[in-house]
Amino acid sequence: MSQARQSPARSLAAHAVLILWTLIALFPVFVTVVNSFKSKRAIFTQPLALPGPDSFDLVGYQTVAKQGDFVAYFQNSLVVTCFSLFFVLLFGAMAAFALSEYRFRGNTLMGLYLALGIMIPIRLGTVAILQMMVATGLVNTLTALVLVYTAQGLPLAVFILSEFMRNVSDDLKNAGRIDGLSEYRIFFRLVLPLVRPAMATVAVFTMIPIWNDLWFPLILAPSESTKTITLGSQVFLGQFVSNWNAVLAALSLAILPVLVLYLIFSRQLIRGITAGAVK
Amino acid sequence: MGQLTLSGMTKNFGSVEVIKGVDLEVADGEFCVFVGPSGCGKSTLLRMIAGLEDVSGGSVTLDGRDITALPPARREIAMVFQSYALYPHLTVRDNMGLALKQAGQPKGDIRAATDRAAAMLSLDALLDRRPAELSGGQRQRVAIGRAIVRRPKLFLFDEPLSNLDAALRVQTRIEIAKLHRDLGATMVYVTHDQVEAMTLADKIVVLRAGKVEQTGAPMQLYNDPANTFVAGFIGSPQMNFLNSGALGLSSHSAGIRPEQVQLTDGPGQMGGTVSHVERLGGETLVYVHTADHGLLTARLFGEHDRAVGSDLGITFDPARLFHFDKAGQRLR
Ligand SMILES: Nc1ncnc2c1ncn2[C@@H]1O[C@H](COP(=O)(O)OP(=O)(O)O)[C@@H](O)[C@H]1O
Ligand SMILES: [Mg+2]
Repeated sequence: MSQARQSPARSLAAHAVLILWTLIALFPVFVTVVNSFKSKRAIFTQPLALPGPDSFDLVGYQTVAKQGDFVAYFQNSLVVTCFSLFFVLLFGAMAAFALSEYRFRGNTLMGLYLALGIMIPIRLGTVAILQMMVATGLVNTLTALVLVYTAQGLPLAVFILSEFMRNVSDDLKNAGRIDGLSEYRIFFRLVLPLVRPAMATVAVFTMIPIWNDLWFPLILAPSESTKTITLGSQVFLGQFVSNWNAVLAALSLAILPVLVLYLIFSRQLIRGITAGAVK
Repeated sequence: MGQLTLSGMTKNFGSVEVIKGVDLEVADGEFCVFVGPSGCGKSTLLRMIAGLEDVSGGSVTLDGRDITALPPARREIAMVFQSYALYPHLTVRDNMGLALKQAGQPKGDIRAATDRAAAMLSLDALLDRRPAELSGGQRQRVAIGRAIVRRPKLFLFDEPLSNLDAALRVQTRIEIAKLHRDLGATMVYVTHDQVEAMTLADKIVVLRAGKVEQTGAPMQLYNDPANTFVAGFIGSPQMNFLNSGALGLSSHSAGIRPEQVQLTDGPGQMGGTVSHVERLGGETLVYVHTADHGLLTARLFGEHDRAVGSDLGITFDPARLFHFDKAGQRLR
């Protein structure tokens, strides 16, 4: 009856909620980026104001640039994130394929075991991890971080990807087997392209916590040559004096790579998230 | 060449026995159809022949060679799936040529083989397209083409027509029959549709719950069913089952085909009331309710006017009755 009258009101309400949520979510980012372009005085007097002619100041970025190691920190973060992401996706997809494709004794149990990590934070094992890294001489190497992050990302990756791989047509895989494709070719050429949206979803959910992590770099790789950008930014935060300009500039810069990666994955991501819902 | 022998094939999924001992001979060049209700194990049996499913017991022999333990690609078979299962990232040509490429054949040979198969199926114009750019019927033809290109000893089809609409299904069915004549290859074809089975098969294998109920030529099964299951499954509309006691017969039940049932205005052998009439133009199906036997179907040639609710008599030739015992087995 009032279908036509009702629906604009409804969609207005829905949009209002979504816009509000977007504002709340973007607010910290906005404050960080805006203040990184202001003088120290302006940051404290008017934290919410946009940089004006008298408050505009690039001193934060200059400090960061002068701090010669910053590029190296950046590089460390990038290396750690990319390698971890690669291993999480590769091993996660392989494990998911095995779990969803092959019937073997203990299949379900293995799936549960691999998914358990979603509920148990890896930080609980920090002491044991540190002892292991000391024993293997991996302390203060990026390898240590890559290993830990790979372990951290795998449970969710296996869980999501095996769910998606179950939906890949059996007939397609069987056609490949009859045509003489190896199980590896079937996995890489037939199955992986079909679960690309799920891979993108997993990539984004895996990448962001790794890039932002402060805990493991601080504990496992605090040396100057292996600092990540999140850890590196902490040099500007002192116990008595903090260089807020530099901190904000460093954090603003740190957003960039994540943003770029996100843009690369986002189209696939949206398809992955809505795959179950739409249809 | 392509003489297939199955002996003592069984398959368990966990504790559930899905295939319960199947023995079968398919002669070279024969078109063999597995037919049975959904879930009776047709696809499982076909996948066991293809090597996509391990056998729990028994063996598969092709041309005297035991292939039970061979991987699917080395069995010299080809398979066409219900869902087409074309490789989405490859063109039609590459889809069709992939098996030969995997087998390491020279490029020229692969091209010639795909061209020949494409010509047989009128796919020439589509060779450079991707599966996403084809209609359902075209996809199924490509899937069939992919099977032909390999020149297998044995073709396996798993309900290849069930995703097509009715008109296309008839057309593709004729095409498959023609293909079988042209290639003279051995084919094993799975369907739950008895019309497909009757029209295509040299030999029909009726399966129920993982067991073979009867094997034979279509007309053999139609005219000489071994039990009530086969009698009811083969032939459309379904055979009428009469209560033997009410007819004064010694068997447990008696079957009569709908086309053997005549309707008269007089009393006939039994009386009944018309409960529904289906007019198909060429034939008319009259459903008659009887006191002793429930609903019976009469299949009349041409157009007939029978009012729903009117009383009529039913006659049939007692010699045309099939007699069954209590367990459903045929009494001869
Ligand atoms: N992978 C499997 N695991 C467990 N049971 C299965 C599996 N595949 C098939 N089945 C069971 O085997 C029976 C036969 O299946 P199927 O061969 O697909 O039947 P049909 O093709 O005749 O419809 C069904 O009851 C089905 O539930
Ligand atoms: Mg089936």
